[in-house]
Amino acid sequence: MSTHIEATPAVKAAPPRTVSLGGHVRGYFARVRGGDIGSLPAVLGLLVLCAVFSIVRPTFFSPGNFANLFSQGAAVTLIAMGLVFVLLVGEIDLSAGFTSGVCASVLAILLATYGLPWYIAVAAAVLAGTVIGAVLGFLVAKVGIPSFVVTLAAFLAFQGVVLLLLKEGTNITVSDSVVVAIANRNLPPVLGWVLAAVAVAAYAGVQLNRFRRRTGRGLATDPLVVVLLRIGALTLMLGTAVYVLNVERSLNTLIASLKGVPVIVPIIAGLLILWTFLLDKTPYGRHLYATGGNREAARRAGINVDRIRISAFVLCSTMAAVGGIVAASRDHSVDPNTGGSNVLLYAVGAAVIGGTSLFGGKGRARDAVLGGAVVAVIINGMGLMGYSSGIKYVVTGCVLLLAAGVDALSRRRAAATGNR
Amino acid sequence: MSTSPSPLLELSGINKSFGPVQVLRDVGFTVTPGEVTALVGDNGAGKSTLVKCVSGIYSIDSGVVLYDGEPITINGPRDAADRGIEVVYQDLALCDNLDVVQNMFLGRERRTGLVLDEATMEELAAETLAGLSVRTMKSLRQPVSSLSGGQRQTVAIAKAVLWNSNVVILDEPTAALGVAQTGQVLELARRMADNGLAVVLISHNMNDVFAVADRVAALYLGRMAAQVPITEVTHAQVVELITAGRSGDLGLPAAGSGDDYGLNGARG
Repeated sequence: MSTHIEATPAVKAAPPRTVSLGGHVRGYFARVRGGDIGSLPAVLGLLVLCAVFSIVRPTFFSPGNFANLFSQGAAVTLIAMGLVFVLLVGEIDLSAGFTSGVCASVLAILLATYGLPWYIAVAAAVLAGTVIGAVLGFLVAKVGIPSFVVTLAAFLAFQGVVLLLLKEGTNITVSDSVVVAIANRNLPPVLGWVLAAVAVAAYAGVQLNRFRRRTGRGLATDPLVVVLLRIGALTLMLGTAVYVLNVERSLNTLIASLKGVPVIVPIIAGLLILWTFLLDKTPYGRHLYATGGNREAARRAGINVDRIRISAFVLCSTMAAVGGIVAASRDHSVDPNTGGSNVLLYAVGAAVIGGTSLFGGKGRARDAVLGGAVVAVIINGMGLMGYSSGIKYVVTGCVLLLAAGVDALSRRRAAATGNR
Repeated sequence: MSTSPSPLLELSGINKSFGPVQVLRDVGFTVTPGEVTALVGDNGAGKSTLVKCVSGIYSIDSGVVLYDGEPITINGPRDAADRGIEVVYQDLALCDNLDVVQNMFLGRERRTGLVLDEATMEELAAETLAGLSVRTMKSLRQPVSSLSGGQRQTVAIAKAVLWNSNVVILDEPTAALGVAQTGQVLELARRMADNGLAVVLISHNMNDVFAVADRVAALYLGRMAAQVPITEVTHAQVVELITAGRSGDLGLPAAGSGDDYGLNGARG
């Protein structure tokens, strides 16, 4: 049969449902009350933390420190972006931290020991991550070992691999100028403005075009005011950020000028756009959500669930490799601690704080960025307050627990209101 | 029920075991376009297993599946879907975290190039639901988790209708529904058959079966007791076929039926 079957003659779709601004706002609050809180806790937390730290330590609110936040949070944010995929399909990757360490070691060895050009070393490091992800994914999806166990084993093993690669703990210096630039250099101020303008224009174009197409076809849309407000908010945010980052941060401009958007910012933004596109706009992204939401339903819909689960691990470990490269760049070196100690927990924390569910099926790429920002602000702010690392660990642990608690409670709330 | 056209799907000699438990023994089953075939049987008689074999969830151990007269093998849900065989499962098989449109197109998304074509999918979903006289849904963009049982059943059925399906199998579609919603679903089954689809209705409920079916097939302990036009049997006979495997000269030959009766004393 070539046409789809109608039980009765097709009734034209309902007339365009125009939602008023008030209706939109009410709908949002109804969703929040119903347990669909999204990234609200992360945004609120970020605001509160920033306010508190700025009052207690005015340096926190300086342009120099603002720029610091990006390089401090970058590696964790990138690893968290990868973890979102694994969490989406209802799995966990405990080895992501040391995966980034292994890949950073590969990078450092190829650069320092073999003297290969940066692009080969970076490609090899990313490839190492991809291979690691494929192996982990195979063990979880095809062999059927729980991901917790597989990645816990990998966590231990990769810790050893880093030690072996680094000859029992030597520190390899990374001096390649391109690699070092990733986390340490800034864009020329003009380029910062150009990129911000391009981003705003592209966002506005996509949003308005979507609005026009959907209203043209008589489909329900967000009110135009909301669309315009979103565009305005993005313009304001990017504009402020670029302006602040373009302020001279050097204490003595005679020695060196220090201004401009850090190079890492457009890298994170690019990956954020890429993964958001993949998750929201492609069938593959849809299948990731379906697999996390109801694996059996996804399987019955003809989705190759095993392949989806493996691909989630591949993306996660590949992003961990990118995070490892950034970490190596920031420290100018790789040592056995790269990607170790608290990196993994910070990354998982970032994803969960941002609003990605530990139970699968819920999460977005931007969660990693929001959560990464929260984690970076905590580390940075507490550092400025002069607290010991002991207290930092305790506080970060509490924040992670709080975020996971909010996740669990919002699920219960959703179940109670019939939202899940 | 006019003079039946040739069967669209014809199963014969189907066997299926799970380890030592043989769930289906030498089962034959035919499905004809334009008819509602009721598949009845007690709990554990093998109804769901038979459906899962047809839809590619399980592989059969032995037996022949003829589709439009040609032998086929169904190796997975995709295979079945490619033949236009759609199943609406008892447990609905919807993803709670996806919205109505996303669920209806799951696994077969429309796309333009690499990108999902959300607008077209939403239009088709709205058309299909309107065609099924569904007006209770607030928005096609609300997550399925926020729908009522009847609405979820409707989405699941609409999902099957949306595709160029030839065979639609409804697995206990009315089990969790109220009276009005049951009526709607049965009417929907009738309409699909009148449109030339082959509809299989799995049900425990004799009222549902007699309200809508053209033909009734009764499974008894993994064997097909009888498959007869509904006009040739009475209510009581069907119940007997379900509980004892035979009724008068219909059904399985008598053998050690005393024990079987005992086994099936408690109906679920």
